[in-house]
Amino acid sequence: MTFDELLPYIFLFLMALSVLIYAVLDGFDLGVGILLHQTDEDFRNQMIASIGPFWDANETWLVLAIGILLIAFPEAHNIFLRELYMPVLFLIIGLIIRGIAFDFRAKAVTKYKRLWDWLFQGGSILAAASQGFMMGSYVLGFEPGLNAFLFSCLSAIGVTAAYAYIGGAWLVLKTEGELQKFAAKKARVAGWITALGVVVICLTNPMINPDVAARWFTLPAAILIIPIPLMLFLLLYSTDYYLKNVPFKNDIGCWIPFASVAGIFFLCLIGLAYSYYPYVIPNRLLAVDAASSTASLKFIFYGVAIVLPIILIYTFLSYRLFKGKTTKLEYY
Amino acid sequence: MLDTLILSRMQFGANISFHILFPSISIALVWYLFYFKVRHEISGHPVWMRNYRFWVKIFALTFAIGVVTGITMSFQFGTNWPGFMDTVGNIAGPLLGYEVLTAFFMEATFLGAMLYGMKRLPSWMHTLATLLVAIGTTMSAFWILALNSWMQTPQGHIMIDGVAHPEDWWAIIFNPSFPYRFFHVVLASGLTASFLIAGISAYRLLKNDTKKAPKVALQSAMTVAAILIPIQIWVGDLHGLNTLEHQPQKVAAMEGIWETQKGVPLLLFAIPDEEERTNHFEIAIPKLASLILTHDPEGEIQGLNDFIGKHPPVKPVFYAFRVMIGVGVAMLLLSWFVSFKTWRKKVLNEITLKILVLMSFSGWVATLAGWYVTEIGRQPYLVSGILMVKDAVTNIAPSNVMISLSLYLTLYVFIMGAFLHTIFYMARKSVRVDEYDEERQGEPDSGPNARSPIEALESDKGVNWK
Repeated sequence: MTFDELLPYIFLFLMALSVLIYAVLDGFDLGVGILLHQTDEDFRNQMIASIGPFWDANETWLVLAIGILLIAFPEAHNIFLRELYMPVLFLIIGLIIRGIAFDFRAKAVTKYKRLWDWLFQGGSILAAASQGFMMGSYVLGFEPGLNAFLFSCLSAIGVTAAYAYIGGAWLVLKTEGELQKFAAKKARVAGWITALGVVVICLTNPMINPDVAARWFTLPAAILIIPIPLMLFLLLYSTDYYLKNVPFKNDIGCWIPFASVAGIFFLCLIGLAYSYYPYVIPNRLLAVDAASSTASLKFIFYGVAIVLPIILIYTFLSYRLFKGKTTKLEYY
Repeated sequence: MLDTLILSRMQFGANISFHILFPSISIALVWYLFYFKVRHEISGHPVWMRNYRFWVKIFALTFAIGVVTGITMSFQFGTNWPGFMDTVGNIAGPLLGYEVLTAFFMEATFLGAMLYGMKRLPSWMHTLATLLVAIGTTMSAFWILALNSWMQTPQGHIMIDGVAHPEDWWAIIFNPSFPYRFFHVVLASGLTASFLIAGISAYRLLKNDTKKAPKVALQSAMTVAAILIPIQIWVGDLHGLNTLEHQPQKVAAMEGIWETQKGVPLLLFAIPDEEERTNHFEIAIPKLASLILTHDPEGEIQGLNDFIGKHPPVKPVFYAFRVMIGVGVAMLLLSWFVSFKTWRKKVLNEITLKILVLMSFSGWVATLAGWYVTEIGRQPYLVSGILMVKDAVTNIAPSNVMISLSLYLTLYVFIMGAFLHTIFYMARKSVRVDEYDEERQGEPDSGPNARSPIEALESDKGVNWK
């Protein structure tokens, strides 16, 4: 396979990578929004402070993922956004509302602050659920019908729970005391809903999708995929064990839940990739058929090759700069 | 019943008009922040830090609204204009991609360090973070304007089976209208931010803010505006000449010229009538349009009748152009007047301050009007000569677009109300905050640089700033 022929697959990989990074990073800040504590103002301030320096950049990974879809697979981009017109609309509305609520709440008159807090939570839930719905429809190749719709709704609940799960894990990492315990408790519940969602999707998906069933249950390929669910449930279980016992002495291992949930997201993505590769839209459009012109892919590839490592480095530095437990959010 | 095409156009127009308001502030406002921070680094004078701290909050708000309304744009091409990507995706995609890669991530990541990292970073690194955000926002303008300009004056590609393929990226990026449009837009942002800073500062002064910070900010902003406007007029003129060369039908609409003729008069006012293909109630200066556009009073300019079916709707372009020029002239007069007064250490009276408050968002009016001239002036094409707007639209049901359009509009009204309410509230709140440098009283201010602009205004102590 020449480099030119390889390009569509490189971009497929890059898209999957941005989706994963997006789900982990914006996942945690959406999750914090979903879990926002509506009765204790001090908790709310701390929760929002924990995501303050990051959320803008986190959201950029979504723009990159959509951007790669648009640049590398314009045909898929068109199908994707036409089929998902309404969910995309709700995703955008959710993102707009939570984004502005975040910034307004700190600056607005006290009496409006509560309104912004509710909007922040509502927007976060709307954005997360829309993404889940979109993922559900996408996995089914945008099949119409009631069953597909129900499946997408299920996926909406699953993804919302998954974001709450990683958001809770993030708070365990970034906060202490009562708030940390609160976050651990919520994360446990979200974790079990996520697990349930994964199970249901794993059971229904091969039933709806004969192609997927063939990939999962045909030997010897099936042996390759068996470790994935095993590791998944091991991580779920150990995370639950840790969360149940929060806080540990000296807060040791407070990063474990976040890392584990990120691992769970990674495994889910591998599962999806295994089920649908090399389609860019499941059962409908192959990556290689949807790819744009080689000259365009090359031009953007060099940019990605140079810039993406730099982005990863300064993203890492940004998290280093704000490491440790969250302090009060101040503009200086 | 409105069809999908007209609804999609309305939606795109609403989305991009609302979105551009916020970057048009933030692109230049962050350079102001960098300037305040550097002045503070050099002089150590707290007034600069005070201005930094006040304006960084407004910047954060503006930036956040810009980001979230910009996300809408990135989905919009696919949801409503699939024909755009089908036809020119090979060109537009990579340009947008470079914007995400080289601008969005940089500005968004360093924004965190800039907003919340002051205590965690050495001062110079924090200044560097501010600079990187500034470079990021300007880079973002660079790429998106490269794409926009390519849509106006496409080159560097070949068409194969109705699809554009890139041939020469350098020619694509630096297409004929790009340099003019880029500087025109960046300068417009500079003016928009300047008038916002001056207006809000004047508002604080009117609310009896006796601190130095709003005076310094007001003077800095008006000085910058007084310098930028003549440059903007010059760049705008060059931009117009460039448009005449590449898109003569747009210039004909801007000037309301129907028949190709020599010695064309400049219309100060008229009511263009597209059905009768003539103007009513003309107020004109003889031969001036020819003089401006061809540098020859007898120069020939092509009229709209040479482009029947291929020229933009005349009225909106004609009027928007006059609005832009009118606001520009008002900005020129006001900034020169205020700069003259402050340099001469004269008093700014209450009326001047009130006019400044009224002009706080004059940059928005001029910027939008200018965009309408150039974007409506590109009609009926989406990409000049390559793709018509009507051929790019999606085939989804109009009711869906109706729902999305009404949701967006509701949201925009809400956000705009909240935005205006909040920045004036922040200005009032800052009046009540004590002077940040009070504990430093008696300490010598370091360096003459820090003092001069303050003294200019301070020397009017006790005079009716109100």
